[in-house]
Amino acid sequence: MSAPVTGQGGEEPGETPAPSAPAARRDPSRRALLGAGGAGLAALAAGFAGGFGAARAQGAPPATDDGHVVPFRGARQAGIVTPAQDRLHFAAFDLTTSSRDDVVDLLRRWSLAAERMTRGLPAGELGPVGGAYDAPPDDTGEAQELRPGNLTITFGFGPSLFGGGDIGPDRFGLAARRPNALADLPHFPGDTLEAARCGGDLMVQACSDDPQIAVHAVRNLARLAFGTAQVRWSQLGYGRTSRTSSAQATPRNLFGFKDGTANLLAEDTAALDEHVWVAPGDDPAASWLAGGSYLVARRIRMTIETWDRSSLREQESVVGRTKGTGAPLSGGQEATEPDFTRTGNDGRPLIDPDSHVALAHPTANGGVRMLRRGYNYTDGSDGLGRLDAGLFFLAFVRDPVRQFVPMQNALAKNDLMSEYLRHTGSGVWAVPPGLADGADYVGQALFES
Amino acid sequence: MTPTRQPRPLRTLPLIGLAAVALATAACTPNTPADASGDGEGPVTITVASTADACTLSATSAPSGNVVFSVTNNGDDVTEFYLLAEDGLRIVSEVENIGPGLSRDLVLTAKPGAYQTACKPGMVGDGIRAPFTVTDSGADVAPTGEVADQIAQATTAYVAYVKDQTEQLLAGTQDFVDAYTSGDDEAARELYAPTRVHWERIEPVAESFGDLDPRMDLREADLEDGQEWTGWHLLEKDLWQPEPDANGGEAYTPLTDAQRTQYADQLLADTQELYDRVHAADFPEAIDAAAIGNGAKGLLDEVATGKVTGEEEIWSHTDLWDFQANVDGARVAFEGLRDVVEAKDAALAGQLDTRFADLQTLLDGYTQGDGFVTYTDLSEDQVKELAAAVDALGEPLSKLTAAVVL
Repeated sequence: MSAPVTGQGGEEPGETPAPSAPAARRDPSRRALLGAGGAGLAALAAGFAGGFGAARAQGAPPATDDGHVVPFRGARQAGIVTPAQDRLHFAAFDLTTSSRDDVVDLLRRWSLAAERMTRGLPAGELGPVGGAYDAPPDDTGEAQELRPGNLTITFGFGPSLFGGGDIGPDRFGLAARRPNALADLPHFPGDTLEAARCGGDLMVQACSDDPQIAVHAVRNLARLAFGTAQVRWSQLGYGRTSRTSSAQATPRNLFGFKDGTANLLAEDTAALDEHVWVAPGDDPAASWLAGGSYLVARRIRMTIETWDRSSLREQESVVGRTKGTGAPLSGGQEATEPDFTRTGNDGRPLIDPDSHVALAHPTANGGVRMLRRGYNYTDGSDGLGRLDAGLFFLAFVRDPVRQFVPMQNALAKNDLMSEYLRHTGSGVWAVPPGLADGADYVGQALFES
Repeated sequence: MTPTRQPRPLRTLPLIGLAAVALATAACTPNTPADASGDGEGPVTITVASTADACTLSATSAPSGNVVFSVTNNGDDVTEFYLLAEDGLRIVSEVENIGPGLSRDLVLTAKPGAYQTACKPGMVGDGIRAPFTVTDSGADVAPTGEVADQIAQATTAYVAYVKDQTEQLLAGTQDFVDAYTSGDDEAARELYAPTRVHWERIEPVAESFGDLDPRMDLREADLEDGQEWTGWHLLEKDLWQPEPDANGGEAYTPLTDAQRTQYADQLLADTQELYDRVHAADFPEAIDAAAIGNGAKGLLDEVATGKVTGEEEIWSHTDLWDFQANVDGARVAFEGLRDVVEAKDAALAGQLDTRFADLQTLLDGYTQGDGFVTYTDLSEDQVKELAAAVDALGEPLSKLTAAVVL
């Protein structure tokens, strides 16, 4: 089965496999499900004097599928090659439990709630107003009346979940299954990382067309996690800075330049296999990750005001492309391959060898590429009246050590753009494959096989 | 979905619990009434349409077991719906305060027998009554006697606890005030946190007296412009006088002896007033299972918003005393109801036991002598760890009331 690629509005409603399958399996044994759904639901289901039910036959509202549902289940997790939505709420969690069973239980409850929310249903069975009057609702309710909004929820596991070696303690008996490539990123030149924006045992990337939907998703997942995991840090993003499908136009980042022109696209299945998806033989110790990927996140603050005071000439030479059409300075259109050998009348290359395009280009990096999925962010202003804004860089790769680390080293040292950037947050997570039909929770193969 | 803007019932005493086992209803509740004969799957639903002069039920009988009366108010007045015993006097269950145009569910486990139903538009008089029959379906209707006894026991015990704490609070406050007005600041500082513990343990009760709480426990940051500041935290600031940097850049002006006496006397008088009110003959009526459950949750909310952030005791930094006291109060409330919770939802009871113990273990790590280290001694990571434990307990605790009341 190929990845759940869904064009915006291009989904064939009749072919969406996920909604019907779990619903059909669930309905006849609703009480049983409530009981199995974890302590939170059990509190409601089991509680009543004489056992009257909040589980009365209210019936969940029908799953909405108006072409804005991205199936949660599939060979790959959604939210990777899914055409990048415009809004993001990203959250990293620390596990506060020492029990492996608790972790599995959390992933199970998260998977259940995530599948529901991506279908436009409330996080819990009872919903924002369907439960007991004297109990807090099992969905927070701010997404009522909103459509599914192409919500995708993508889960990942950080190095600290596994431990082992110099990573830390093996809290859950997973150290032997930690993929070789999953370790905290090394220090890069110029890093000004804030500990409170780095790392995390678990990662949740929620993307949607609507910010309220993305925030609702993370908020409800965080609530389900109380007692098991705590939000370590989170980041809102509001404008995609890459295209991940040929159907999408190239957006602009906060520097005002088109970003993601040469990104890997969902349609490039061969390139995705080569650069994004972990293959079965990649890491025998971590066969559970086959079909998955790695996510590298970097919160990159832009010194906006300084940038805005630089000349158009400097801005374009830093980037290596024109600010208007996005064409490489060596000429052509946006999609034209840059020609790094072409020189101008002064005999120097038209594209500065230290420009961002030159240093980030696959030819400068042993041919490696990444699927970028970043977002603009603006967290208001700092105490000096300057925008706290920039790029929340997200990239999916098959091997962060081979693909991201050398490139970031090169960029950090030489990229002319570095002068305008501060890396303030960082993290890397293993992103397990998707939830197959019949599977219970994301990452099941890690814990059970 | 329809907007669900059910007005919250106005209550002079927020502690009075929600007596009815009422479920908020959503428009997604099926409109078609379930066949009153039931289909064996889920509870029977009977629709009730209440208007100014009619109370129309979709069926006049139902099989014993779980029954939902889905009450819609089609009139212009606020209405209520009651299921009464055959004698028309004893209320079996009720759903209150249904605004015009709203729907609300009354859910109950009905035993076989004869009943009366009543809509009360305008919420006065006997209402519009009709007979209602519950036939014997053979369903196992769990006896409620034991649970009711347990709840009665729990409320009695909790009332006693509240009284005892106010007695200790009054005695402690007397000593504190004596030390403070006599100028023995060192003794007053030592008495401050241990005395307030008795207040913090029953804070939801104290807060239910809307006039006393602000007089006694308002923080400087909560003052409205022009409002006079009185109570514990005013004296706290005078005992731990801030440097100008921590006082908005201005030098702190200590209270005069006359002011000290004035504010200390008022605190003592207010404490006496609190004592008198919880010892009044009608006070136990305010305490029921919902009040205890909501109070327990409220105490944890206090910890989550004020204590774990160090905002409560901004001058003395004795937040951990309050923290412990709030947790004590919540645990006492839960333990009183524990048998009920155990009977109705053993998993919740077990989870609460675990989470209370986890939080207590953490707190135990910060004891010093008879008390605790000050809040300013905590590192950011330690605060975060405490916050996680508070959230971990607060989430299941928010389910306590429903588990006990329903």
